[in-house]
Amino acid sequence: MFPIRAAHPLSGSITRFTVEAPLVARKWRAGQFVIVRIAEGGERIPLTVVTADRADGCITLIVQAVGRTTRELCALRAGDALADVLGPLGNPTPIGRHGRVACVGGGVGTAELLPIARALREAGNEVQAVIGARTRDLIILEDEMRECAATLALTTDDGSYGRRGLVVGPLEEALRAPAGLDAVYAIGPLPMMRAVAEATRPFAVKTYVSLNAIMLDGTGMCGGCRVTLDGQTRFACVDGPEFDGHAVDFDELLRRNAAYAEHEREADRRWHEGCASRGAA
Amino acid sequence: MLRVNPLNPKDRVRIPRQACLEQPARTRWSTFQEVSSGFDHEQARLEASRCLECRDPVCTKGCPVGVDVRGFIQDLLRDDIATAAERIRRTNALPAICGRVCPQESQCEAACTMGRKFEPVAIGKLERFVADWEAAHRPAWQRPAPRPTGPRVAVVGSGPAGLTCAAELAQRGYRVTVLEALHALGGVLRYGIPEFRLPREVLDRELRLLGALGVETRTNVLVGRSVTIDELMDEEGFTAVFLATGAGTPLFLGIPGENLCGVYSANEFLTRVNLMGAHRFPEHATPVRLGREVAVVGGGNTAMDAVRTARRLGAEKAWLLYRRSRQEMPARVEEIHHAEQEGVDIRFLTSPVRIVGDAAAAVTGIECETMELGAPDASGRRRPVAVPGSTHVLPVQTVIVAVGQRPNPIVQATTPGLGTGAHGVVTVDEAQRTNRPGVFAGGDLSRGGATVILAMRDGRRAAAAIDDWVREGALRPA
Ligand SMILES: Cc1cc2nc3c(=O)[nH]c(=O)nc-3n(C[C@H](O)[C@H](O)[C@H](O)COP(=O)(O)OP(=O)(O)OC[C@H]3O[C@@H](n4cnc5c(N)ncnc54)[C@H](O)[C@@H]3O)c2cc1C
Ligand SMILES: Cc1cc2nc3c(=O)[nH]c(=O)nc-3n(C[C@H](O)[C@H](O)[C@H](O)COP(=O)(O)OP(=O)(O)OC[C@H]3O[C@@H](n4cnc5c(N)ncnc54)[C@H](O)[C@@H]3O)c2cc1C
Ligand code: SF4
Ligand code: SF4
Ligand code: FES
Repeated sequence: MFPIRAAHPLSGSITRFTVEAPLVARKWRAGQFVIVRIAEGGERIPLTVVTADRADGCITLIVQAVGRTTRELCALRAGDALADVLGPLGNPTPIGRHGRVACVGGGVGTAELLPIARALREAGNEVQAVIGARTRDLIILEDEMRECAATLALTTDDGSYGRRGLVVGPLEEALRAPAGLDAVYAIGPLPMMRAVAEATRPFAVKTYVSLNAIMLDGTGMCGGCRVTLDGQTRFACVDGPEFDGHAVDFDELLRRNAAYAEHEREADRRWHEGCASRGAA
Repeated sequence: MLRVNPLNPKDRVRIPRQACLEQPARTRWSTFQEVSSGFDHEQARLEASRCLECRDPVCTKGCPVGVDVRGFIQDLLRDDIATAAERIRRTNALPAICGRVCPQESQCEAACTMGRKFEPVAIGKLERFVADWEAAHRPAWQRPAPRPTGPRVAVVGSGPAGLTCAAELAQRGYRVTVLEALHALGGVLRYGIPEFRLPREVLDRELRLLGALGVETRTNVLVGRSVTIDELMDEEGFTAVFLATGAGTPLFLGIPGENLCGVYSANEFLTRVNLMGAHRFPEHATPVRLGREVAVVGGGNTAMDAVRTARRLGAEKAWLLYRRSRQEMPARVEEIHHAEQEGVDIRFLTSPVRIVGDAAAAVTGIECETMELGAPDASGRRRPVAVPGSTHVLPVQTVIVAVGQRPNPIVQATTPGLGTGAHGVVTVDEAQRTNRPGVFAGGDLSRGGATVILAMRDGRRAAAAIDDWVREGALRPA
């Protein structure tokens, strides 16, 4: 079992967890993730490790409740425990010394981006952060990002905070600015990462995206996480999760990630029914 | 040689090979219960009395681990099942499993003298009977075992190779730690082979035995990522390491449409069901997507397991597409027979060329070519060649690809200098030694996809070699 030391809500639907996982904490590097199973009968889901405290043997996870498993997870509190935590998985993010780098985070993707932004800064890059979300409540880690970034732009789709619009707006300005950009790291929903890759393509700026394919084992054993890069099949869990955004077949991945939409709705319905009956009791 | 059976050979050959009770095919495909219920005591005695007690027991030569078949059958004839069990365990650590999943028809039973003119003795079923009897009457895990105190050995992977090696080493007094990436132990025996062929209780009782021997097991450790081989040996105090990570990386066909929604590797499909319990969705959280019509591509045990599982999950039509003919099919004969009984439509000489999908990228069909057998290829099997103009589309919503697997590269990539051969298999000598001192390997990892019994044999050999290595080490100047 992997005890939860702390659980703090960051917003209505996003929770930050500190979990005891000494093996993971010891080896973790920015960009790597874990596969978590809450309890017997549960699903295995991938979650990025945001930070690790080696001395303490703890890792930090930031989770957005979007479906059955993440909702069950976000209902857990300090003192509860996770049945399984496997990791660290995937390749660490290649942290080069590029010069001026934009770190673009969308929604909970900002959590996954934070360790990378920090590592880039430590490697001597100038970090320009752009973080966005649908609405103000979903903007997370603003202060933490500000700490490691030279500049920070904020956007919300509904204009409730920062600039109204999408993250590509500030990104395009940075691309067009005289100094330009030397590399871009983008993590967020697939449509956002695709838009970022499309924005940087004409400028031929190296663009790293982190692909949230549906995963099962996370060890390269099932092939369920396969993605297509320039016509070649790759397994996101062992070959990624980060890839060259200009090579990714986003359309295919978007369709593959919708493969269980019906099952997810069914699971959701059951979950809400469960809540209703628990509430009534 | 003393014969135990009072019957003369003529009488023995008149006894028909005993058939096990099986669940009726009509209802079977809707349940995950084990298909064959095995022999009862009376049947086992009758079947044992068919054995000719050959002076030269060729059955033993046909068995990869050399089980003393004649000997245990004679024990059975004397009604001394406990001795039979002990005799089998001398060379076979997992008899209840091997009795169920060994390809007997190409091993012990292929060699059996009785089989030259009549049907061979049902050695596998007898072995299973003995092992199940042992579990029911004198469970081995209840026998007291001394706590091991010797040097520490790490076993990486908990499939049959790793489990066997761990048990052998513990019996020799080593302190063994098994490291497994998944959340449950057993390797393919857990996530690959379905319950209707290998009930989980059979596997679990072998695991209890391991616990009783003092073997420590740790799940959720992906060696190479969570900890490296070098760290295990240099920092964690392990004297030797046995690598048994199997051949888990699935191969795909490389045809158009393979990344459509509804195309699975057999590994993914079987793991969703066997390990995650997707057939019990939504009580269990992991889903599986299965159409009314399903095509499975391949001809091995993996393909058979996938197609029979698909039937049990409710597929009304289940095709098995194999590009060669029945003779070349590598699956166990019993599985092919059971699959056909369960209504699986096996299409021989059929090779997929494209998977077809709709606007939402959901599978709607699989386009195939009919093949004919041409000249023999390097493997000696006749090479299938496409018949011109034979292209046709089978309407399916799910395609499961079972065309082979390779070793997972993570350990090899993170262990500097570890010698590997074609397709990423780890190179070993006859004692399972790799080129790295103190590092041993076996099972599918060094064979690239073989059988449970061969994995087990490798595990035993490695245990003996590790024992030698440690003893020599004690004599080596530090
Ligand atoms: C490498 C990686 C790192 C991730 N890091 C984080 C993170 O740090 N924080 C966070 O909140 N989320 C992260 N995710 C996404 C998270 O895994 C999914 O939100 C979660 O699995 C959804 O499960 P659910 O049952 O709650 O929702 P569901 O109702 O099952 O699905 C909701 C959505 O999540 C996607 N999804 C479903 N199952 C999986 C799965 N097994 N793997 C991936 N996506 C799935 C579906 O496409 C669907 O659109 C990461 C995903 C990947 C691949
Ligand atoms: C569906 C299916 C049906 C089969 N049917 C039969 C049959 O009927 N008869 C027969 O004889 N053979 C059969 N086989 C083949 C047989 O199962 C294998 O040959 C055998 O399991 C190999 O054993 P192994 O111990 O080498 O590896 P595996 O059983 O593959 O076990 C390897 C284990 O190592 C773990 N692992 C991998 N990488 C790491 C790592 N880096 N760190 C930690 N752990 C790791 C894996 O998760 C796995 O649990 C079948 C195979 C399949 C897939
Ligand atoms: S281990 Fe397998 S091959 Fe050997 S005797 Fe038993 S069933 Fe036959
Ligand atoms: S070869 Fe067949 S008949 Fe002869 S001893 Fe072995 S099992 Fe008996
Ligand atoms: S999640 Fe199974 S191979 Fe990547």
